[in-house]
Amino acid sequence: MSTDKTLLEVNNLQVHFHLSGGGLIDRLMGSKPITVKAVDGVSFTVNKGETLGLVGESGCGKSTTGRAILQLIKPTSGEVLFQGTDLTKLSNSAMRPFRRHLQMIFQNPYASLNPRMTIGDIISEPLTVFKNLASQQLDKQVQELMQRVGLNPQFIKRYPHEFSGGQRQRIGIARALALNPDFIVADEPIAALDVSIQAQVMNLLQDLQKDLSLTYLFISHDLRAVRYMSNRIAVMYLGKLVEVADANEIYQKPLHPYTQALISAVPVPDPKVEKKRQRIVLQGDVPSPLNPPSGCHFHTRCPQVMDKCKTDKPKFVNIGKNHSVACFLVDK
Amino acid sequence: MAKSNSTILSVRNLQTHFYGDGSVVKAVDGVSFELKKGETLGIVGESGSGKSVTNLSILRLIPYPPGKIVGGEVLFDNKDLLKIPENEIRRIRGKRIAMIFQDPMTSLNPFMNIGSQLMEITQLHEGLSSKEARKKAIEMLELVGISDASKRINDYPHQFSGGMRQRVMIAMALSCKPELLIADEPTTALDVTIQAQILELIKSLKEKIGTSVILITHDLGIVAAMTDHIAVMYAGKIVEYAPTEELFDSPHHPYTKGLLKSVPDPLIDQEKLFQIPGLPPDLSNLPKGCPFSPRCSNVIAKCQEVPPIQQINDQHYSVCWLEN
Repeated sequence: MSTDKTLLEVNNLQVHFHLSGGGLIDRLMGSKPITVKAVDGVSFTVNKGETLGLVGESGCGKSTTGRAILQLIKPTSGEVLFQGTDLTKLSNSAMRPFRRHLQMIFQNPYASLNPRMTIGDIISEPLTVFKNLASQQLDKQVQELMQRVGLNPQFIKRYPHEFSGGQRQRIGIARALALNPDFIVADEPIAALDVSIQAQVMNLLQDLQKDLSLTYLFISHDLRAVRYMSNRIAVMYLGKLVEVADANEIYQKPLHPYTQALISAVPVPDPKVEKKRQRIVLQGDVPSPLNPPSGCHFHTRCPQVMDKCKTDKPKFVNIGKNHSVACFLVDK
Repeated sequence: MAKSNSTILSVRNLQTHFYGDGSVVKAVDGVSFELKKGETLGIVGESGSGKSVTNLSILRLIPYPPGKIVGGEVLFDNKDLLKIPENEIRRIRGKRIAMIFQDPMTSLNPFMNIGSQLMEITQLHEGLSSKEARKKAIEMLELVGISDASKRINDYPHQFSGGMRQRVMIAMALSCKPELLIADEPTTALDVTIQAQILELIKSLKEKIGTSVILITHDLGIVAAMTDHIAVMYAGKIVEYAPTEELFDSPHHPYTKGLLKSVPDPLIDQEKLFQIPGLPPDLSNLPKGCPFSPRCSNVIAKCQEVPPIQQINDQHYSVCWLEN
């Protein structure tokens, strides 16, 4: 499936968390070990220069996927091929040099910056780790980065608490850019921000992508933002991919009932449209990842469920035009 | 749109300030609006707009210190809620005016099972016996779509998901069939498919019970679907007020226009997203005149003076110097 354009290839990624029940006493007592299959066999590629959006609701495994790609969480199995090298097989020291190419922007601009470091120190930290620059040169690079993300370089000695949420997110972005990475995982980068600031940060990310030839994995539960930012979109539910397609295609022709419900649930800022349309409202709650349903994980809430769905797991098949789905309605 | 009839709530020139460290933050700085029976008013705004403080002020839920309602009137059933004695307003809270909060985890008591929390309300406000209150609690849980209600009534909040806890909050709020429901960002903390469920629920219950609603949110999509009128707030003031369709069709205030343009439209392919420049207002350090002026692309010299209320038609006004 990979071509020269492929920057990242994820194959059958699994991230399982063992919660309890594995110890001696538990085994003696006959308790079964509890495993959360947070990411349960996810495969996709990301091409150079594109943005792949990864969407899903709480507990679907999208953030875990992002962290597992960067080896911030060790995958249980599967491959993460970055320019041909499988990152999962690397030791910590062998992984180190790769880290300058793969960076992350975190969701919470209040928790992802060390409150005891000046923003100059925060942004220059990656540079200090990887390069040996004289402090004057370091300051210069940091100020350039600050300007690039729209921060006043004079604020270099200030602390995170002196900035607003949107500004802190810009600091996080500057830090992610410090080493000139190729690939950035943006994990819900705008969720904590006001609407007007979300637009600013999204525009910034797009401009940077053009100027610096960046490739993004844009993780979010906000379908409007994902639509705007992404070339292709992957939808996750309870640890599995249910649908992947070009952004236009997913919104115009969603095939998986979950994708259809997700898109339908997004409120449209147009009262005339809202009055006329029939929303798909799913019944029930998202099942717990501790105890996912049998067969197709989505069958307990699917408005078009069939008998087969309760016992068999649908395969993820390519139906053409870059569009893949895992659903018995499509793949009989 | 609901037929306009009697006014159920009239807020006039409400002012709530917060004091600290020698500075005063005018969180709500002269807010006025009316709500007619059976209607839904949407209050839209971002951080620091004053939307939540406005609604907490209506029920006098502002902690003092550091906050204080310093002026204005809140007329409900011919009484000024800001002036009636404490025991009288306590009889109104939860019974005639109810509130749903944003984060269902922190607004339910984690030490009480939800049955007790539901029963508390009807026992207090309607004098029901504990047997009657329990029966009523089960009915309310069923009404909001919680299956196995007679079993789940004994569960604790942590045993419910976010969406279900929000349903419990709605059940609590509607137990006494209030005349007014104030919903403060009721779905912000929820996943989008659960949000859709909760909004449908609020809509249908509103029709069933005939409650008037004030819906506070930053999400323009939600107000488009759920409201009859919208008040847009910025830096403690209402900057524009109009019937819902009219606000989306012909917004006047530059902030409203900016907000509407900042929301990405999932149905079309957009090249560049419109962005309102600058930062949200610092309420302890507002500019002279119009608080939006530092970010306004249509700013003129006159904006240094406090802008007037421009009546665009009898249902629509905008607080701005720019001509219509």
